[in-house]
Amino acid sequence: MEKFLLKYFNLIRAVIAILIGIIISVCIVYIISKEPGFSLKSLFLGPLLSKSRFGNFIETASPIIFCGLAIAIPFQAGQFNIGAEGALFIGAAVGTAFGVSTNMPAFLHIPLVLLVAGLTGAFWGFIPGFLKAKWNTSELVVSLMLNYVAYFIGLYLINFHFRDKAAGWLVSYKLPETAWLIQFVSGTRIHIGVIISLGFAVLVYYFLYHTTLGYEIRTSGFNIDFARFGGINVFKVIIIAQVIGGFIAAIGGMTEVMGIHRRFNWQISPGYGWDGVVVAIIGRNNPLLIILSSLFLAYLRVGGRILNLLSDIPAEMITIIQSIIILLITAEAFLAGWKYRITVREAKAKEVGHEPST
Amino acid sequence: MGNILSLKNIVKIYPNGVMANKEVSIDIEENTIHAIVGENGAGKTTLMKIIFGEEAPQKGEIYYKGKKVNIKNSLDAIKMGIGMVHQNLMLAPDLTVAENLILGIEPLRYGVFLDLKKIIELTEEASKKFGFKVSLNKKISDLSIGKKQRVEILKALMRDAELIILDEPTSVLTPQETEVLFKSLKDLKNHGKTIIFISHKLKEVKLIADKVTVMRDGKVISTNDVNQLDEHMIAHMMVGRKINFKRIHKAKKVGDPLFIVKNLSYLSEENIFVLKNINFEVRAGEILGVAGVEGNGQTELVEILTGLREATSGQIFIGKENISGFSPRKIREEMVAHIPEDRMKNGVAEHATIEENIIVDRYYQDYFSNNKNLFLDWKYISKFSNDLIEKFKILTPSSKAVILSLSGGNIQKVVVARELSSNPQVIIAAQPTRGIDVGSEELIHNLLKDARDNGIATFLVSADLDEVLKLSTRIIVIYDGEIVARFDDIKDITSKVLGPYMLGVKKKGD
Ligand SMILES: Nc1ncnc2c1ncn2[C@@H]1O[C@H](COP(=O)(O)OP(=O)(O)OP(=O)(O)O)[C@@H](O)[C@H]1O
Ligand SMILES: [Mg+2]
Repeated sequence: MEKFLLKYFNLIRAVIAILIGIIISVCIVYIISKEPGFSLKSLFLGPLLSKSRFGNFIETASPIIFCGLAIAIPFQAGQFNIGAEGALFIGAAVGTAFGVSTNMPAFLHIPLVLLVAGLTGAFWGFIPGFLKAKWNTSELVVSLMLNYVAYFIGLYLINFHFRDKAAGWLVSYKLPETAWLIQFVSGTRIHIGVIISLGFAVLVYYFLYHTTLGYEIRTSGFNIDFARFGGINVFKVIIIAQVIGGFIAAIGGMTEVMGIHRRFNWQISPGYGWDGVVVAIIGRNNPLLIILSSLFLAYLRVGGRILNLLSDIPAEMITIIQSIIILLITAEAFLAGWKYRITVREAKAKEVGHEPST
Repeated sequence: MGNILSLKNIVKIYPNGVMANKEVSIDIEENTIHAIVGENGAGKTTLMKIIFGEEAPQKGEIYYKGKKVNIKNSLDAIKMGIGMVHQNLMLAPDLTVAENLILGIEPLRYGVFLDLKKIIELTEEASKKFGFKVSLNKKISDLSIGKKQRVEILKALMRDAELIILDEPTSVLTPQETEVLFKSLKDLKNHGKTIIFISHKLKEVKLIADKVTVMRDGKVISTNDVNQLDEHMIAHMMVGRKINFKRIHKAKKVGDPLFIVKNLSYLSEENIFVLKNINFEVRAGEILGVAGVEGNGQTELVEILTGLREATSGQIFIGKENISGFSPRKIREEMVAHIPEDRMKNGVAEHATIEENIIVDRYYQDYFSNNKNLFLDWKYISKFSNDLIEKFKILTPSSKAVILSLSGGNIQKVVVARELSSNPQVIIAAQPTRGIDVGSEELIHNLLKDARDNGIATFLVSADLDEVLKLSTRIIVIYDGEIVARFDDIKDITSKVLGPYMLGVKKKGD
C-alpha cells in the first residue's frame, strides 16, 4: 500500500489539489451566485455536457500543448524564454500570408504553410537566443519585448496587406481549401492539428531524453559551467533550444488557423503562449506531463467560458477560481511532508528486516 | 569536565530512504577538540547538519550544556552558540567576501543602514586576528576553491561561537595555511571553546585532536583519546584493512615529452600578470607535481590548459601538435582528461543523475550513442556507469540517483571515475582526492600510478603536499605566477625543502 502511494505520489497529489480547488470554488460560487447549482455544473461539467463543448475542450488543448512544449525546451536548457506567444502570433500571420498567396496541391500546401510559419517562429526564437549567447542579454526581457513586436507586425501584415475587405471585420483572406486541416469528428471542430500536437509531444519527449542534442540541452540547463567543462558547445545549445521553441509555438498557431477559422482572425493575442508557461511549469517541463496539464488547463478555460456565457458570475471571479486551482497544483511543497513520513517508515522497516536489532 | 553536547540514539533517514545515521550516540566534552573520522558516506556530514539544525532526525535526543534541546533550524543553532564550516561551502556567490563574512551579524547605522565602514573594519580585523588573507571586495564567484574555503572558515570563526563544527575545513588548504588554522583552533580551545573537527587527513587529526570518534556505515564504532592511537590504527579502524602510505614516485619507464607548455602568460582582467612565462613539459609515463600555496596562479593555469580560459600569450603542445586556443571539446578529443579543483562549480551537475554526469564528455561517441551518434543508448550508459560505481566504490542506491544525494567524497569519486575512464593520454588533475577517505585515496593513487606506468602524462596540482610528494616523478614549485624551482630528482625532497620556495623566500635559477 505504502509502496503504491510513493509510486503514484505526484498523481495523488494532483488529484487532491484539484479536489481542494473544487471545494474552494464551490464556496466562492455559493457566496456570489444566485443559482449556484447551475453555475457549478457549467464550470465543472460544462465541457462534457454536449458534443460541441467537448470538441471545444479538445481543440483548445491543442495550441496549449504546442506552447507548453515550446516553453519547456528553452526552460530545460536554463533559458527563460517566454516568447511563445509572439512566435505563435507572427508565425501564424506570416504563414497565413504565404498560404493565401499561393496555390498548390494539398499534400504540398499544408506542409509548406506549416513550414513557413514554423521558420518564422524559429527566427523569432533565434533573436533572443543569439543575443543571449553572444552578449549575454537577458532572454527573458528580449523575448517579452518581442511579443509586442510580433503582435504589431502581425496585425500590420494582416490588416494592411491581407485583409479580406469583403468579410466586414478585421480578418485575413480565407486560406484556399488546399491549406485546410480536416475536421474529422462531425459536430465538433476537432482537427488534424490536435493529432499533430500529440505527435509533437511524444517527439519532443524522445528528443529531450533520448537524443544527444536533447542531452546537451538538459545538461546546459542543469549547470552551464559543467556543460562547458564537458565540451558541450553551449553557444549552440542556447540558440538551438530557443529556435526549436519558436518553431513549435508557431506551428501551434498555424494549425489553429488552418484547422478552425481557416483564416487569421486574431485582433488580440490569443494568450496560448502564456498558458504554455503555466502548463510547462505544472508539467515540470516534461512533454508527456504537458499533455495532461494542457488538457487540465483547457478544461478549466472552456468551463470558465461556458460559465461566463451562461451564469451571473463575473469573468474576473472565474479567473480567480482558475488561478486558485493552478496555484494549488503548482505548489511543490504541497503534501511533501506526508510523502516523507511514508518513506521514513519504509526505510525503518527495511533496516530492521536485514539487520536484526543493533 | 562536563559534556557541552550529547547526542543520544540519533536516527536520520533521507527522503530517498537512505538511513545515514543509525542510533548514533556521541558525547562531546567541553573545551576539547573532538575529531570525527570515517569513510565517505559514513554519515559524518549528516550528523553535523543535525547538530546545526539543517536536517531533522527521525529519532534521538540532543543535549546541549546539559539541557535537552530541539534545534529546528540553523538560526536556533547560531543563537545557542554553534558555528559551522560546511563541506559544500555555503557562501552567497553574488555577494562580496566582506558581505558574506558579516551576513547575519551586520553592523547597522541608525538601525537600518549597513555601516559599510564598520563592515570593512570588522572583517579586516578578523582576517588579521585569524591569519587568513582574503580579498574583501572580490565577489565569491570569482574566487578559487581554496580562497572560498578560507572565507568559509573565517566566517565561522568570526561569529565567536562556543561550539564550532568544521566539516573538512582543510581539504584544499596548503600545509602552511593549515598550520595557521590550527594555531587559531588551539587558541580558541585555550579560550574555552569546543571544536568538532572532521577530516580525512589522519595526520591532522593526530596533530590537533584530543579525542577521535570513528564512524562506519552510519554508526559509531569507537571513541578514543587520540594519544592512544596512531594514524595507521585510525585508518585501520575506519576501513578495516591496512593502508599504504608509501611514496610511489619511481616511474617505470619515462618516454618523450608529451604535454608541453611554452612561454605561457596570462594577464587577468585586473591587469595583473597571474602567470608569467610558464615553461614545462610532462613526459609520457611520468607525473609532474605542482607544489605551491593556493592562489599563485594554479587555478588559472589549469583552466588554460583545459581550454576553459584563454592565455594571453604562449603555446601548448601535445607531442608535436599545437593545441593552444582549442575549445574544451577539442582538447578532450586530444585525449586530455581534467579533474577540476571545484567539483560543485563545474565538475558535476548536482541535479542530474550519476549516469548523466558520467557521460558529459563522451555521450556523442560510439556505444554511448548510436545511429550517427544522434541517439543515446541508455542501456549501455547504465551498464558503463554501474561498472564505474563498482570499481570506484561509489556509495549510492542506484546509477540513476541524483548527485545531490551523495556524500561529498562520493561526488568526488564520480568526477574522478569519469575522467580516469575517458581513456586519456594526458591527465590534468587538480585536487584529485579532495574529500576522499584514506581507503579510496589509495585506490585513486594506485590508478594514477597505473596510468603513469601505461605511458600517460599526468600534471598534478594539489594543495596536499603529501600527495604531491607521494605521487610525483618530478616537482615544480609555483609562486606568484612563476615557476621558482624545479626538482628532477625528488628522492630526498621533503615539505621542509619545498616550504621556502612555496612562500617565495627562496628562488632557484633555472
Ligand atoms: N540530501 C541527501 N539525500 C539523500 N541521501 C543523502 C543526502 N545527503 C547524504 N545522503 C546519503 O547519506 C549517507 C551519508 O552521507 P554524509 O554526507 O553524511 O557522509 P559523510 O560521512 O559526510 O561522507 P564524506 O566523507 O564523503 O563527506 C550517504 O549514503 C549519502 O549518500
Ligand atoms: Mg561529508
